[in-house]
Amino acid sequence: MNHNSESLSAPMAAVTAAPPAQPARPATGKRSLQQRRSRAAWVLVTPALILLAAVAGWPLLRTLFYSFTNAALDTPEEYDFVGLANYLDFADGDKFGVLADPLWWQAVWNTLWFTFASVSLELVFGMLLALLMNQKFRGQGLVRAAILVPWAIPTIVTAKMWGWMFHDQYGVVNDLLTRAGLIAEPLAWIAEPTLSMWAVVIADVWKTVPFMALMLLAALQMIPSDLYEAARVDGATAWQRFRRITLPLIMPAMIVALIFRSMDALRVFDLIYVLTSNSEATISISGYAREQMIAFQEMGTGSAASVLVFMMVAGIAASFLWIGRFNDEGKENKE
Amino acid sequence: MKLTRKQKELGAKFWIYLAALVVSVICVFPFYNAVLTSLRTGQDLFLTSYLPTTFHWDNYVNALVENGVGLSLLNSFIVATVTVGVCLLVSITAAFALARVRFRGRKYILFTILCVSMFPQVAVLSGMFELVRFLGLYDSIGALILSYTTFSLPFTVWVLTTFMRSLPVELEEAAIVDGAGLWVIISKVFAPIMGPSLVTTGLLAFIGAWNEFMFALTFIISTENRTVPVAIGLLQGASQYELPWGNIMAASVVVTVPIIVLVLIFQKRIVSGLTAGAVKG
Amino acid sequence: MAQLTLDKLNKRYGESAQVIKSIDLQVNSGEFIVIVGPSGCGKSTLLRMIAGLEDISGGGMYIDGAYVNDDTPSERGIGMVFQSYALYPHMNVYENMAFGLRLAKLPADEIARRVEESARILQLEPLLKRKPKDLSGGQRQRVAIGRAIAREPKLFLFDEPLSNLDAALRVQMRMEIAALHRRLGSTIIYVTHDQVEAMTLAQRIVVLNRGNIEQVGTPLELYDHPANEFVAQFIGSPKMNLMPATLLTAGATESVVRLWNGKELTVPIPTPASAEGTKVKLGIRPEHIEWGSVADAPYLADVLFVEHMGNETYHYLDSGNLGEPWVVRNPHRSAVAPGDTVGYLLPPEHCHLFDDSGKSFERRGGGAVAMRVPGMDAPAISFAEPMRTNVIH
Ligand SMILES: Nc1ncnc2c1ncn2[C@@H]1O[C@H](COP(=O)(O)OP(=O)(O)OP(=O)(O)O)[C@@H](O)[C@H]1O
Ligand SMILES: [Mg+2]
Repeated sequence: MNHNSESLSAPMAAVTAAPPAQPARPATGKRSLQQRRSRAAWVLVTPALILLAAVAGWPLLRTLFYSFTNAALDTPEEYDFVGLANYLDFADGDKFGVLADPLWWQAVWNTLWFTFASVSLELVFGMLLALLMNQKFRGQGLVRAAILVPWAIPTIVTAKMWGWMFHDQYGVVNDLLTRAGLIAEPLAWIAEPTLSMWAVVIADVWKTVPFMALMLLAALQMIPSDLYEAARVDGATAWQRFRRITLPLIMPAMIVALIFRSMDALRVFDLIYVLTSNSEATISISGYAREQMIAFQEMGTGSAASVLVFMMVAGIAASFLWIGRFNDEGKENKE
Repeated sequence: MKLTRKQKELGAKFWIYLAALVVSVICVFPFYNAVLTSLRTGQDLFLTSYLPTTFHWDNYVNALVENGVGLSLLNSFIVATVTVGVCLLVSITAAFALARVRFRGRKYILFTILCVSMFPQVAVLSGMFELVRFLGLYDSIGALILSYTTFSLPFTVWVLTTFMRSLPVELEEAAIVDGAGLWVIISKVFAPIMGPSLVTTGLLAFIGAWNEFMFALTFIISTENRTVPVAIGLLQGASQYELPWGNIMAASVVVTVPIIVLVLIFQKRIVSGLTAGAVKG
Repeated sequence: MAQLTLDKLNKRYGESAQVIKSIDLQVNSGEFIVIVGPSGCGKSTLLRMIAGLEDISGGGMYIDGAYVNDDTPSERGIGMVFQSYALYPHMNVYENMAFGLRLAKLPADEIARRVEESARILQLEPLLKRKPKDLSGGQRQRVAIGRAIAREPKLFLFDEPLSNLDAALRVQMRMEIAALHRRLGSTIIYVTHDQVEAMTLAQRIVVLNRGNIEQVGTPLELYDHPANEFVAQFIGSPKMNLMPATLLTAGATESVVRLWNGKELTVPIPTPASAEGTKVKLGIRPEHIEWGSVADAPYLADVLFVEHMGNETYHYLDSGNLGEPWVVRNPHRSAVAPGDTVGYLLPPEHCHLFDDSGKSFERRGGGAVAMRVPGMDAPAISFAEPMRTNVIH
């Protein structure tokens, strides 16, 4: 390695003399910092990745696999491939499969409606609540604690509590409404198909508004207060301050919270299963898939429905991302 | 007449307090109502009165002992604790790498983890069913620990990653200059500092596991292996048509109180954990 | 104590951004080098490359002649003090200083000796049991320095260590660091964007700009013989005034320039004949412009505004459409008011000339070296050329 000795003496001269060619890099056989860190990083994430592949990746693939078979739940080893028959099949001039099942489409409609209704109500109430919590007043700690109560209560308990409150004869809701003179007859919140979805939405909103409010509150608290002072000096009204300062600044956090909540609402199962016993008027797509698989023991059909649920949720998530990106680009173009 | 500044402020304060009161009542009332109901028996149950009338503890005894909710509490506790323990252990190293090291593939891993955390559970249900049976875990709480990892692990990795990111880079560099390797940095420098964040993350994951319903409903058959949500969800009375509301409310109160107490104790942390997981994502 | 050699060191992030461009530098054993430059010029990056916290994209780095490009920071034997102190919050002062030594598996008594020694030097003994959160900013900075000292490094690296401290504490810590250097005699590389720190601490200053070294030299060399416009304007506050001019007559000892206003000025700066007729810039520092009477001074200007600092006064003169106002600095109070018209002189011996590309024509003289404060050790200055004694005004 005579390069080595050269490059050792070169630097002294280089300060004054014309720079010689790039010195050769002596081969030390060592890895650079970045290389070492990348390697170690892979070692560190591997256990988590393996575990994740085992409990999420593999089952997901198997679900996909079973969706093309006619396996039954109690004997999953015995199956025949049936192609896409679980999804949609034509035989004897009739349609079969999940996509031909009116209950599936009812479930899709229920789920979308539930998601839309509860997430938009949550957004409105969450925003109001966050604005309230952003004020300074005595007893704020108590209110904050109270807000956390619905969030802390397990969903099943929520379902049972509201189920009891919605009880057609002895429920508190009917009692209060009657006392207030709003209704003459008790309403069958759970049994009546037109009302039962509202019962579900109300219970869900009650439970999840705190989460939304806390997200929005965190975003609100990151807005520097001198912005408001400046706007006040400029003579902006409260509504203008909200519209021109608050809303644009919390928009990113709001969108993230909306996405999170929508994804959550789209996979709803437990609340509906317990509150309205998966009634036809309220059954969700997750509930439908599970019913096919567990109650009817149709592993193939159930898996196909599961795959459809997955694709639907993934599709909606992807379109959220796509809209988000579209928005970002729009903003950049404007600037 | 124009209101003075002081009057305006008083007016605003009035509305704020009124709103705060309404909000608090709405948030707490259903639980309060559950407590009221749980203390009533027989025909009292069907009173619609908003103040405590009787104090019967029979419902609690019934729910905990006869309906096996007491045992379910234990099951839930074991399942949630083990799940959270395993997930935290695995995710602390992963979170360090994902938050602190720039390496190829990092973004894809993060994206995958985010996606998995948004999975509908039902999408893995039949695959998980097969896996659980294959491992001989059907109808045992092992099945739940395994399946809960599906959603707990992405969650803990994600939240810990955002927490790790917020630690100053210079701290890590100081440790590198001191001659620490990655393992020493994680175990001797980051883990001790991360204590509070680990508690927060663990608590949130614990609550998630405690509340899970679908897997617990699907993979457990026998009453004695049920977790709390299933025990409450499937609580039956003497006759099929008459739900034992007193018992159900008693059980609900019992499983909710520990969580509410935990949440209120760790209020600040929980709020920061929730927002770290979502807002900064 | 070690010698550090950087040989065409460069750094790029990804494909595009070359942050450090072929840096050659020789740091002698025991030398105190300060790297200055505007924000984002790559000071921290260079220092972190030296530390081993950042990979070197090209070129070689040698400590005492040994190639260290791929060595870890601890193998390089460096100690580093960070801007935000970076103390381990869960360890007390003693543990903070001992952490690296424990990792190096030194025997317990040696660790104790070293920690106590550095605690003594930095007067940290009463604080050893405290956690960082119970320390003041200055104390934290001292612990950070102590942690570096305890490692007995060959090379100390400081990245803007004082910028989080308030002004008074900064002065005090500056003196402590200077004293520390005298006491330990270690090689120090110190990054700052504070000129005063650079001028007071450095034996040699490295001026960095956009990843290039603009000039290396002692503080006074940089002040008196800036290699180019950038250094001329970067060192010294307020910065040097630059006035457009044309080189009329080149010469081996002096040159004649025609200034923007048509006046001619002979300056004692040699210029090559090839430069004759080209555009040049005449530079003069604010403290070197002299007042003249309005009646017969060669230059007149309107005063835009005046800043009274108490011990000195800055006057901003209207430079017309030639750019920023020119600054005149007087070491006393001034009765000149905004709106006044003043006459001024440009003493030729204090003028600098820069060619069109910004490179300076080498001046023959030094600055106005007035006196040496007795008892103060001035760093060893050796000018390349003999100093010409100037008239003291
Ligand atoms: N990881 C990175 N990827 C891309 N560019 C980077 C990265 N780190 C730093 N840079 C760029 O390198 C340049 C030099 O950064 P550096 O931190 O060294 O500046 P600096 O001189 O220390 O500035 P300051 O005085 O503000 O601390 C900057 O323009 C910065 O944007
Ligand atoms: Mg810097």
